[in-house]
Amino acid sequence: MKKLLTGNEAVARGAYEAGVHVAAAYPGTPSTEILENIAKYKEIYSEWTPNEKVAVEVAVGASMAGARSLSAMKHVGMNVAADPMFTYAYLGVNGGCVIVTADDPGMHSSQNEQDNRYYARHAKMPLIEPSDSQEAKDFTMEAYEISEKYDVPVLFRLTTRVCHSKSLVELGERKNVEIKPYSRNIPKFVATPARARVHHIELEEKLKKLEEYANNTFLNKEEWNTEEIGIITSGISYQYAKEVFGDKASYLKLGFTYPLPKKMIKEFSSKVKKLYVIEENEPFLETEIKAMGINVIGKEKIPITLELNPDIIREALLGEKSKIVEQNKEKVVSRPPTLCSGCPHRGLFYELGKKKDVVITGDIGCYTLGSAEPLNAMDSVVCMGAGVSAAHGFIKAFEQAGTKKKVFGVVGDSTFFHSGITGLIDIVYNKSNATIIILDNRITAMTGHQENPGTGYTLMGEKAEIIDIEAICKAVGIKHIRTINPNNLKEVKDSINEAMELTEPSVIITKWPCALKKFTEIDMQQFELKPQKYYVDSDKCKKCKMCLNIGCPSISFDEKIGSIIDQDTCVGCSVCAQVCPFDAIKKVGE
Amino acid sequence: MTKNILLVGVGGQGIILTSKILSTALINDGYDVKMSEVHGMAQRGGSVTTQVRYGEKVYSPIIGKGEADILISFEKMEAMRWIEYLKPEGKLVVNDYAIGSAPILAGTAKYPKNIIEELKEKVDTLVLNAHEVALELGNVKVQNIVMLGALVKEMNLSNIDWENAIKNLVKPKFVEINIKAFNKGLKLR
Repeated sequence: MKKLLTGNEAVARGAYEAGVHVAAAYPGTPSTEILENIAKYKEIYSEWTPNEKVAVEVAVGASMAGARSLSAMKHVGMNVAADPMFTYAYLGVNGGCVIVTADDPGMHSSQNEQDNRYYARHAKMPLIEPSDSQEAKDFTMEAYEISEKYDVPVLFRLTTRVCHSKSLVELGERKNVEIKPYSRNIPKFVATPARARVHHIELEEKLKKLEEYANNTFLNKEEWNTEEIGIITSGISYQYAKEVFGDKASYLKLGFTYPLPKKMIKEFSSKVKKLYVIEENEPFLETEIKAMGINVIGKEKIPITLELNPDIIREALLGEKSKIVEQNKEKVVSRPPTLCSGCPHRGLFYELGKKKDVVITGDIGCYTLGSAEPLNAMDSVVCMGAGVSAAHGFIKAFEQAGTKKKVFGVVGDSTFFHSGITGLIDIVYNKSNATIIILDNRITAMTGHQENPGTGYTLMGEKAEIIDIEAICKAVGIKHIRTINPNNLKEVKDSINEAMELTEPSVIITKWPCALKKFTEIDMQQFELKPQKYYVDSDKCKKCKMCLNIGCPSISFDEKIGSIIDQDTCVGCSVCAQVCPFDAIKKVGE
Repeated sequence: MTKNILLVGVGGQGIILTSKILSTALINDGYDVKMSEVHGMAQRGGSVTTQVRYGEKVYSPIIGKGEADILISFEKMEAMRWIEYLKPEGKLVVNDYAIGSAPILAGTAKYPKNIIEELKEKVDTLVLNAHEVALELGNVKVQNIVMLGALVKEMNLSNIDWENAIKNLVKPKFVEINIKAFNKGLKLR
């Protein structure tokens, strides 16, 4: 049976058919749906972990125990997970182990566009790159065969267009794979220096064998049409190349790209007159091919930044440019993403943004949008957890410089569990007076509402212990903790003012469910969640535009009428009503 | 010959669901189909786009500038934003409906005037008021399916079993109103 699947759904299907037993991940676009779909197969135990390092370690443990395991993450997540990954490549597996990286060329929803193929070379792991959903499924299955045959974990690299585009996939049956017996094997699985020296030598031997495999596997194939132009390519770039050149070129399509099939590349390149390497972002293939002494055209023509498409390749290599209908730039106003109507982060950022002489270090999540107009409430965003630790760094530098500025750090509930806790320990241990604001909206909202250790549910839908953020803060030594409702501006203001005066570290927890969240039983018990709406009494509106300062997408302004609240989208958070100096904003029905 | 459809609008307008229905029905009719969507922050009030390509054999899931056979825009300013992706001889189907973006709502920019008039001068354009049609049907959310009906008509794909695809992808209690919306869209020209 054929089915239309995204690349992510196809990887999940591949894991199912390959008989995978255990899967673990932390959500991150564009990788999130891999685990969401694996969770639909009850034969596979699957979980959300607090972060990517934990996810890979869970997969490593399961693999050591003899199970086929998978861990998936977005490209920046691999930076968090790199530690166990590098060493597990040395140790080798028991059950097959596949680590998926979903890279984001073009940065559709990421802070950088790192090319994680380099991780394969750096960690010395075999690398697989599918180019569509069918391959995403088939190659996932082959990855487990490679992992077990060559005794090494496999790096499986997707990009946004493979993850999130749909194409047809032929479905198969699940292979019944027994969990291999486990017996203690200290020399294999305990990475002490003496053993690691041996492991490194063994790994180099494995890589030689893997290069032989690369020259013979179905993952790499030649497609012959002409000797005039040859193209070496991998991943989604293969589809773009085919689109542009069709049968006017011959292809060496690489699905297994580390170690490179050098023999195949030499043979292919010797048979063509002109040779291109078409790849997105970094010259990963090109550099190695050039190092083999082969003359290729690559990055001197094809851009290294942003996502490729057929059009860019056509113009770069054939000099053909499509005719276009010109856009009138004056008629296109930017449409940046915004905090949703009723977002519980709005009240906090509104009050925080008004404070002068403060620094606000931020983090990756919906609340990154607090840095945008009109709230402007953030000084920095680097990575998950940095909202906490970078605040500490600011304070230590300010202390030396004699700068008197209060520093706030913001972090979400999910990012607090991910990598905020360790930063908070640092703050207490090394004595700073940072105030960390944990924006607890009761869900991992940014990636589309995944459960986390604070929500009370697991990925597989079971009820779970709710990890108490307040208790953790107390346990690491924070003495000043306030939990507030961020939709209540007075509470927000009071807690910020109080924190401004403190000479020791403190935490404010803003606790209110995400406006888009499907409320659980627990939410219904904990919060007064009732449907309500607000409207503007236009007789009382003085057109002062104060309500526009909160940046709510439900509020617009008309010079004749004044402010208007869109009744279709208002969710009744009441922040605008609290901001209005003329009591012109009222609850519908009152 | 591969056909390229570009669907654009604003997060929350149901563009991704529309693309899923479109892709499913085309596959059921025997085409090779690739669909591409990008989400993440885009769903939070940002500009949203999906692409559907169909034909005998489709390679790339995305197209470049000047390649779309049809540009279907659920919001009028988005039509101008994406117009460079339409083939000069292609067709624009635009919903005469405005959604202010953050700078417009904040009063730092104005929603541009006469977009549709200007686009009409450049390309073959069909203007719809899917918002009004959906309101008449009693649910503003079915705007997207009204647009789908119009798209199907423009691409000469009326002979495919659309009702079945709608039934498979829409929640049971909304199937009837969606089918009505689809049929309204078909007759909107």
